[in-house]
Amino acid sequence: MSGLAGQLAIMHETLGSLALAAGDAAHAQPRFGTGVGAKFDVPRLFGLIPFIPLLACALCGLCAAMKVKTKLPAAITVGCLLASFGLTIGLYAQVHANPGDFAIIHAFEWINFQWGQSEAQSLTANFSFYADSLTALWMLFVTGLATLIALYASEYMSHDVGQGYCRFFMAFSLFVFSMACLVMGDNLALLFLGWEGVGLCSYLLIGYFYKKPSAVAAAKKAFVVNRIGDLGLSLGVMLAFVQFGSLEYAEIFRKAEPFLALARDGQWQDIPWTVQLIPILLTIGAFGKSAQLPLYVWLPDAMEGPTPVSALIHAATMVTAGVYLVARMFPLFLVSEHALTIVAWGGALTALLAATIGMAQFDIKRIMAYSTVSQLGYMFCGLGVMGVMGGPAHVFTHAFFKAMLFLACGAVMHGFAGQLDLRKLSGLGKMPGWRIVTVAMFVGCINLAGVPFITAGFYSKDTILGDAFANPAMVPIGWILLITAGLTAYYTFRVFFRVFVGPAYYEPGDELHAHDDHSHDHAHANKDHGHDSHGHGHSAWQPHPPGWAINTVLILLTILSFAAIVTVFKADGWLYRMVTNSSAGAGIAADHHHKFFGFDAHAAMKVVSGIVAIAGIAVAFVLHYSGRTSAATSKADSLVPMLGPIPRWAQNKWYVDEFYHFLFVRPLWLLSVVFAAIDKVLVDGLVNVFGWVPKALAKTARPLQNGVLHDYALRMAGGVALLLLIIVLMVNRGDRTSAAASIPPTDNSIGTLPAAPAAVDPIAVSLDPIRAKAQEAVR
Amino acid sequence: MNTLFCTLAQSGWPEPMPTGTLFHYLVISAAMFVIGLIGFVTRRNLIIMFLCTELMFQAAGLSLIAFSRFHLNHTGETFVIFVLTVAAAEAALALALVVLLFRRKESLDAERWAELRG
Repeated sequence: MSGLAGQLAIMHETLGSLALAAGDAAHAQPRFGTGVGAKFDVPRLFGLIPFIPLLACALCGLCAAMKVKTKLPAAITVGCLLASFGLTIGLYAQVHANPGDFAIIHAFEWINFQWGQSEAQSLTANFSFYADSLTALWMLFVTGLATLIALYASEYMSHDVGQGYCRFFMAFSLFVFSMACLVMGDNLALLFLGWEGVGLCSYLLIGYFYKKPSAVAAAKKAFVVNRIGDLGLSLGVMLAFVQFGSLEYAEIFRKAEPFLALARDGQWQDIPWTVQLIPILLTIGAFGKSAQLPLYVWLPDAMEGPTPVSALIHAATMVTAGVYLVARMFPLFLVSEHALTIVAWGGALTALLAATIGMAQFDIKRIMAYSTVSQLGYMFCGLGVMGVMGGPAHVFTHAFFKAMLFLACGAVMHGFAGQLDLRKLSGLGKMPGWRIVTVAMFVGCINLAGVPFITAGFYSKDTILGDAFANPAMVPIGWILLITAGLTAYYTFRVFFRVFVGPAYYEPGDELHAHDDHSHDHAHANKDHGHDSHGHGHSAWQPHPPGWAINTVLILLTILSFAAIVTVFKADGWLYRMVTNSSAGAGIAADHHHKFFGFDAHAAMKVVSGIVAIAGIAVAFVLHYSGRTSAATSKADSLVPMLGPIPRWAQNKWYVDEFYHFLFVRPLWLLSVVFAAIDKVLVDGLVNVFGWVPKALAKTARPLQNGVLHDYALRMAGGVALLLLIIVLMVNRGDRTSAAASIPPTDNSIGTLPAAPAAVDPIAVSLDPIRAKAQEAVR
Repeated sequence: MNTLFCTLAQSGWPEPMPTGTLFHYLVISAAMFVIGLIGFVTRRNLIIMFLCTELMFQAAGLSLIAFSRFHLNHTGETFVIFVLTVAAAEAALALALVVLLFRRKESLDAERWAELRG
């Protein structure tokens, strides 16, 4: 109940501080106002934050060009990212000193053109950075985690030194640059640039093992699915420009004020539908990038990329770009009647669906991927139910523990030759050298499951659940999320109980890239050798525990995951202040205090969600730990037949991929066949006609060129004769007509030459003046 | 230039060619040209064919000179002198080509060179 008091206290405090009519009639309405404070100045030095990773990218490119065969690219990347992180801390200090305000750091002019005199007929989008607490929050974990994961990757990718090592760190650095542009940009154009940039880097890194067909297919799928979302985003950006005449956040928020006033009074019909459409289009973009319901299918496949990439891009940072977009543009979402409802329902359904799929998978990395999709659903719910704090807070806590879970899975994959099947690994905690990984995994699991009171994940998830139940319109979403919380706890600890405890057992995977042999390719490394090992057991093969880099990173992340509690366990904790002091603060639920069975929703959720999480863990304990004697089987197997076909359906991902294949891919493929046929017959045919006509004509004329010199000569002579004949005929006719037409008769015409013979030959009658003069002279 | 010619004409030299004489020249020129043409078309020997082209050349030159003399205009004569020079160079070249062609096939028959058939 003290939680309730604190929650209400902070709400009233923020209300008062932002000078809005707190106790007005619209009690049940959220606080409206863009939440944007005054502008303050920061040193331009902080504009370097995105460019230092770009420098790292260029240097790694140079390394690739010079065929560097050492770990130099990793050192460059870690160093540059650390510098970027240091600057981000500086920026955070600046932002912290000016709560609620924002700064604009102008780097250089980028897009600026006019097509008319008025202000509306110009477009300005500078390479400037918008720094408020939301930016600082995002950049802190983006650069911080990127530094740690680059360090981890320096060891993880060590078998590719001299091959793809430079390429990997190039794309890695470029990703951080793009992500920084996305998060820090002060206008939607720069956000879009970063958005496409992170999409490109994601594509490049998923397809890193480009010799593996499944990796190439996954990269392509991620790119194509993201294009659908990006279409929505680009339409939203264009519509925002048309509607507000600017792409800059500060300007857009300023011009959205009148609409916010209308929305506060519930006069939805007075807000143009085009304005209400903008956030819905942005939602499509956010759902594409953040893998939400219709467009989530690319993320699980994206696990084909190297594990550090899965941890950084596909768990901690890039996939949260959608959440960032919604949080950043929250004032616009508030002026739309339905946008937030769509966000909330999309998130809730995704959370539930992904959790059910995750329960039935056997590949531990894939389970983590589905859990990421599910948790992203939570974050969108947190925003969609208008309790805006929960979403970004969960992004922050989730970034640490999910990155750590992936890195722990990566360590297992690295040590057991690509083995990820939880039926073929067991009791890792008992093996020498795997203690740190086990502890890290345990900490990640309790955070993800939301073990009450001791984990950061519990508090941020709890905020979302409480906000959902507090908003009377969103209670069904609260129930869905509560069920999902139980499922999450179950599938998370299913992994832990199967892989890290129980009887010790392992089978190596099929990627035996044995560390003593650095020379061969990761993707196809010793396929035959790997299969041999399956046959002969694994007596000769030994798993290799992680080295110092991986262990250091895991220890640091374990500490950070726990440290994150400090930021969230109080209702007015640091993390919540970071969110509410930014443009996302516009959506804080003011007086939502719908009861949960007679109790305050937030306080009740602290107990209920804790019970649900413990229950989920208990079920996992009974089914997957107690009395388990082998790696491959557990008590859960005996339950499977009782559920009929449902486990099989869940294991096959509810056949969503097949459904999409049938509904979209197949018809498009058929359409492409039709178009290809049209192209081949009609277009190519038309072009070919232009070739065939001269060819056919040439066929008739070609015998003329028979190579016989005399024929040519004869024809030439004939031609000349013909020409002469024509000329002679024409001249004769011309003579006749001119003779008839000219008034003086022929005799008179030469009369000027008195001494000329009477019957004059036409040739003689020259008009040559010399001749005439000469004749005269002769006379 | 005009005055020079006028002076020459007043002095009575050169005498303008009568029309009948011009006609004779032109007939001879035409006959030479036709003989050359017929020779070129009917004969197979490369050297004879070359001679025939020369004949046609000179026929054209003759008619040019005849007209030049008839009109008392020296352009035609000048032109013929140039043509003769070029023809001499061209004859040297053409005969060398004929020798080369002969070396290739040991024959002077023009019919044997028909590789550029379409």
